Amino acid sequence: MSFFLQMLVTGIVVGSVYSLVALGFVLIYKSSDAINFAQGEFLLVGTYVCLTLVASYHIPFILAVLITLVFSAILGLVVERIVLRPFIGKPVISMIMATIGLSSILAGLVHIIWGHETRVYPKVFSDKPIQLGEVVIAPVYAWSLVIVVVMLVIFTLFFKYSKLGIAMRATADDQQAALSMGISVKTIFAVAWAIAAIVSAVGGVLLGNINGVNSSLSTIGLKVLPVAILGGLDSIPGAIIGGIIIGIIESMTGGYLDPMVGGGLKEVIPFVILVLILMIKPYGLFGKKEIERV
Amino acid sequence: MRNPFVMECGEFHVSYKQDMAIWKIPRVRTRIFLIVAFFAIFPLIVSDYVVSLATLCGIAAIGAIGLNILTGFTGQISIGVGAFLGVGGYTSAILTTKLGLSFWLSVPLAGVITAIVGALFGIPSLRLKGLYLAIATLAAQVIILFVISRWDSLTGGTAGLVLLRPEIGNFAFTSEDSYYYLMFVILLITTIFSLNLFRSRVGRAFIAIRDRDIAAEVMGIDLFKYKVMAFSVSSFFVGVAGALLGHYTMIVSPELYSISVSIEYLAMILVGGLGSVFGSIYGAVFITLLPVVLRAFVELLNGMFPGLSDVLVGMKEVVFGLMIILFLVYEPEGLDKIWRNIKNYFRLWPFSY
Repeated sequence: MSFFLQMLVTGIVVGSVYSLVALGFVLIYKSSDAINFAQGEFLLVGTYVCLTLVASYHIPFILAVLITLVFSAILGLVVERIVLRPFIGKPVISMIMATIGLSSILAGLVHIIWGHETRVYPKVFSDKPIQLGEVVIAPVYAWSLVIVVVMLVIFTLFFKYSKLGIAMRATADDQQAALSMGISVKTIFAVAWAIAAIVSAVGGVLLGNINGVNSSLSTIGLKVLPVAILGGLDSIPGAIIGGIIIGIIESMTGGYLDPMVGGGLKEVIPFVILVLILMIKPYGLFGKKEIERV
Repeated sequence: MRNPFVMECGEFHVSYKQDMAIWKIPRVRTRIFLIVAFFAIFPLIVSDYVVSLATLCGIAAIGAIGLNILTGFTGQISIGVGAFLGVGGYTSAILTTKLGLSFWLSVPLAGVITAIVGALFGIPSLRLKGLYLAIATLAAQVIILFVISRWDSLTGGTAGLVLLRPEIGNFAFTSEDSYYYLMFVILLITTIFSLNLFRSRVGRAFIAIRDRDIAAEVMGIDLFKYKVMAFSVSSFFVGVAGALLGHYTMIVSPELYSISVSIEYLAMILVGGLGSVFGSIYGAVFITLLPVVLRAFVELLNGMFPGLSDVLVGMKEVVFGLMIILFLVYEPEGLDKIWRNIKNYFRLWPFSY
């Protein structure tokens, strides 16, 4: 039983990070109908920037994270302006290939600047495990969960009450109507990319603290796809719930099935779920069904 | 005297047959013949290294034509080509090493099996479009690769399998030149087949589906049948390319068919030109040679900027990404369009009006 709970907690923590990254992904899809295959690279860049600030410049962790967030926001804005703006309204494949090209450029830059070795964050969180009944939680995990929940609450409030958040929802709903109400759709797209870069960077920093930092972290960018599809590509609550479900399933598979098949199933199971969802309910749990007319 | 650069004057097509011909004027026939002849004697005049590069380009071109049939002509985006190459390569490897079949039988069989797998993953395409289909094929890529790397008894797991070069009687295709000719013949067949495919009823149905699938269905095209057909025809060529590649490099292992391979193939058809058979060939050559040219360039500059070769891997990725984005922004129709622009400029040169 304690093993089960342990796996459950791990799954929820990892899943919450997925939720966070998927939030950025869904936001971009909602506002500009683009799938961002570079989400994983945003995460990679964010965590490396933070790591460099902490390890090489000895800036306190909290301050380093804040600088990273500012940097990520600027990165998101620049990327949207230079790479994505020309592709608004172009065929799907152009958009897909543009973000794939972008991910290749970012990954290449990360290789050039930071090399290939796995690096670890200096100790930020204490080592002393937290005992919760039968379950033992490492402080990193606990803090990750807290940070993610705080971020998600902030974003929920942002979308519900702030002027910009409401404008973003309006744009997602109907671009033309939003335009005619005086909302600058361009600004909204830019903000969506900035937020996507910020949440990815936070996810990257958290995962970097848990597992160490190397370029394989960018595979999270692909794992976000099952999450987003499960929740529905255009649903923010869907992304959050989908992330946690995928995290738990992944962790359970890792705990129970992997010893039987000799490992590796954990990495694949989200994609099996993805295929099943696409076959049964392509618009996910909370997605909006599109009706096509000729 | 006729201006030798003026290519098409006084050519009037008076029947549909003439209008739909592949070689619309006799001069094109001569030109194609000269190009084919050039590539036929090509290995005799260049070094083995260049021939090996050409072979890789040609094999990539076969795969790229296959992908273009699906993505460029039928409009079904697939991010799973890498895995389908793997299915082809592994099928041929298993058939030749474990069952002792000959290469000449195993390569077509590899194509057929890949076509079946492709058709299987093409079935969701009836319900899924655009982005959703792209994501589904991505999932196919991950799942197929997982099966390949875990089915140890059949595929040799992560270590992979070792293949042999094909042979006829006592003659083995071990030299670079001989394998080049083998690839060349198959590439020719592939090219001619695909050129003709899009003059047929089936090919036109593919194009109609790409342009507007619902409208195509209203016009009486069976979407399910043609979409699955597009997936299987495309996967057949990708599988053949995979088998050829496997026998050429003489090894198949899971990491050779990763998602980055899928992306490379997508980049090939994009850079070459979506919906263009010759474009796929130009794109395959371009993307295959890009890292080679880059390495040569870096070695050239290494004297001036020491340490440049350390960042070569990263630079390759940056340049690759840049190429994709630059082509998308400046010439979305790819190299094929650039080539056509050049030809059109010279068509009536120097009296272009």
